[in-house]
Amino acid sequence: MAIDVAVLVSVGRHPVSGRARRADADARAVELALSIAGANVRLIHAGDPGEPALRDYLGMGANTMTVLRMAPEADPVLPLSAHLSSMRPQIVLMGTRAEGGEDSGLVPYLVAQALEVPLVPGIVSLSLAGERAEMLQGLPRGRRRSLAASLPLVATVPVMAPAPRMSAFGLARRGTIEVKDVTAAADEARAAWTEGPARRRPKRIKVMKAASAADRVRAVTEMAAGKGKVLQNLPPDEAAKAIFDYLVAEGIVQAKP
Amino acid sequence: MIPLQWLIGICVVVGAVCALWRARRWFRGQPAKVDFVRGLMRYPRSYFVDLHHIVARDPYTARMHMMVAGGFTAALLLTLAVHLFNIDSRVLAWLLLVFLALMGVGAAFVAMRRSPKRARLSAGGFSRLPWSLFAFAAAFFLATLPKAGLVASFAALSVPGIVVLLLAAWGCAEMVAFLPLGPMKHSFAGAMHLICHPRFARLGAARPDSGLKPLDLSAPKLGVETPADFKWNQLLGFDACVQCGRCEVVCPAFAAELPLNPKKLIQDLARAVDPGGNDLAYAGSSYPGRSVGHAHGGPSQPIIGDGAMIHPDTLWSCTTCRACVQECPMMIEHVDAIIDLRRFQALEKGAVPGKAPLVLAELRATDTQSGAALASRLDWAADLSLPLISTKGECDVLLWLGEGAFDLRNQRTLRALVRLMRHAKIDFAVLGEEELDTGDLARRLGDEATFQDLAKRNAATLAKYRFRRIVTADPHVFHSLRNEYPAFGARHEVLHHTMLLDELMTNGALPKTKAQPTKTTYHDPCYLGRYNGEIRAPRAILDAIGVERVEMERSGMRSMCCGGGGGAPVTDIAGKKRIPDVRMEQARETGAAVVAVACPNCAVMLEGVVGPRPEIFDVAELLLQAVEAA
Repeated sequence: MAIDVAVLVSVGRHPVSGRARRADADARAVELALSIAGANVRLIHAGDPGEPALRDYLGMGANTMTVLRMAPEADPVLPLSAHLSSMRPQIVLMGTRAEGGEDSGLVPYLVAQALEVPLVPGIVSLSLAGERAEMLQGLPRGRRRSLAASLPLVATVPVMAPAPRMSAFGLARRGTIEVKDVTAAADEARAAWTEGPARRRPKRIKVMKAASAADRVRAVTEMAAGKGKVLQNLPPDEAAKAIFDYLVAEGIVQAKP
Repeated sequence: MIPLQWLIGICVVVGAVCALWRARRWFRGQPAKVDFVRGLMRYPRSYFVDLHHIVARDPYTARMHMMVAGGFTAALLLTLAVHLFNIDSRVLAWLLLVFLALMGVGAAFVAMRRSPKRARLSAGGFSRLPWSLFAFAAAFFLATLPKAGLVASFAALSVPGIVVLLLAAWGCAEMVAFLPLGPMKHSFAGAMHLICHPRFARLGAARPDSGLKPLDLSAPKLGVETPADFKWNQLLGFDACVQCGRCEVVCPAFAAELPLNPKKLIQDLARAVDPGGNDLAYAGSSYPGRSVGHAHGGPSQPIIGDGAMIHPDTLWSCTTCRACVQECPMMIEHVDAIIDLRRFQALEKGAVPGKAPLVLAELRATDTQSGAALASRLDWAADLSLPLISTKGECDVLLWLGEGAFDLRNQRTLRALVRLMRHAKIDFAVLGEEELDTGDLARRLGDEATFQDLAKRNAATLAKYRFRRIVTADPHVFHSLRNEYPAFGARHEVLHHTMLLDELMTNGALPKTKAQPTKTTYHDPCYLGRYNGEIRAPRAILDAIGVERVEMERSGMRSMCCGGGGGAPVTDIAGKKRIPDVRMEQARETGAAVVAVACPNCAVMLEGVVGPRPEIFDVAELLLQAVEAA
């Protein structure tokens, strides 16, 4: 049975040139959606349907995109929630945060609240098992946590998710954009702001008390202390077994009976 | 001898039918503008001059081919006269004997060339060919002896008569009746290919015709997906392949055992045109690391894919160095075919491997390959205070910096070039922020849309200013601006920096240099040498500064690629070896202490070779050292 996956996409901004582009995290959400077997992927954007950067998403292989036409500065939460309530997709995906505007990362939470479905933040993979979705959540330093939830759900995709596929010019050109007019409340708070480039905050210099280069590398790469155990000088078979057991214990791989 | 007459007659008719049958498959391709009359008029020069120049690089093969092809062609015409039309003339018979003897000797050369077996030569039907040639020559030699008055004529049903008939049947089957289908099809398709060549301008041109043609981005399908998407004369070109393997020998990807063999690529393309096409009959070297027999295709099936005719890794292993095109005696355009296939993969499927999608996305978003800000292109020259053309308005030389301006290694080259130009008091300027990437990399990766966008915007920038000529230290930029930008309205005189420096040395604009007696070998960049024919200027500079110049085994127009072209460093297809390592081994063999380069890609690729190796310097760096030492 094909399930409906809605991906909310926004217009991003390149950090160097400031040029409009597909937003990195949203593009990864589209990539993740396209990788779900049997998914019927629908792209939804709230804003200006004439924005050329939207075609970058169509170039990834989805044929159509629905654009809820509203002023790009207006608040997209209500129109998106209304549209999704009528559409009732089993899965809603989007990037963890936009590249421009408020960048608060709150839209997924507000949409999930409006739809009254659970939200799973920061997933890097998703597969379906019947009425449930099995997901891997990305945590800092390459750690992963396996999660499962019943459908429907809203999930956000961070920039640590697998890289999005290339946007193909021909597909982007041929894709169609369906426009739906909506009324959106003007974002009055935002209208009063002035936007400027972010300044890097000064960073506290960490003084390393390390005797050797190896210690310094360890200090940078080591996980927070207290977890795990150090296994040294094991024969390869036992070492592999230890890693395998760990992965089974964490539920990342399933042991065959 | 009535039976012989019948045999020849039937074989000629069957041959004509087979030729039409074979030609039918070319017309599965797209229409192409072909000036048939011009091609036919020029044919003698195309064959005896242009093609001969290529064949003659291998003198043994050239002599062999002259005897076999010349002997056979003359003998066939005389055979028709003497044996089919029964013209009773001693002179013709004697002439026929001479040409058949020539052909027989040639056939012996063909057999000797294949013994012992050589990897680059295909077996299969080609193994049988020397014997078929010999059968033809022997049969008609015997049959002509009576006509020349040397022996008494013999009856058709006598022992010699039957021997002659059997040999003639074998010879005529291969050489006349089934000529358009077997190993001899190269003669028929090759002649047609020379007449209808897709790059007709290449024939007799003073410098290589290497620029890619712009793609119409409004076409319903972009690039080539199936064999039927190729132009018909491209399909004809694939059919002309004689499987001599010269391309295989020179291909840098094949040498480094990446999964590419230009010969197999062309054979696969030729075989994909037939319904149910496969590579089972292919009897040459395969793609390294992949065995023969897994290719499946058809005229309207996708060519590229896992399990299709050609694996994507094969397509993306090519460095677009044009070594195969340079060597091909049938003048097949391998690189054009590769770019056509890549265009479909990039524009219609978005299937470009490795880091290439990232680089292309940065090109679209920032107009630079590295994703750097345009404003930072002059950061390396903060102390040089380079004049901007936007403030000067006009200058003599517009210096195009290219992507090398963002790379530490190549900033050294650019610094040397700027200082040399200041020594020579050249009135130059740079575009600064207004300079965008030329889009050369995008184009080689098949992303024609990004290339055309960049080309149009760069062309508009160049049109704003007045300058006499453009100089660049990057042969890829040089090729793009010189050969591919004119299609977008930017017609300017473009020089590679070695051409400018050579000119400055010749006219005395540069100060005296001190002889640098280091043993140095020069590595020709493909886009300067093979793409543009410029192999003299860099060598002239090296000779003028007095280095002890030694040549690698492969140099000049037949130089070997460093592995940095065609986007290969970003698609990064794995092979057993790395192309720059293979090239560096050739440089080590010369015993040179320095490898002189003239391209930012070559500099980076060759400097990336680990282990003891010669130093890598750009020609401009070496010249500056010589100037400053004086």
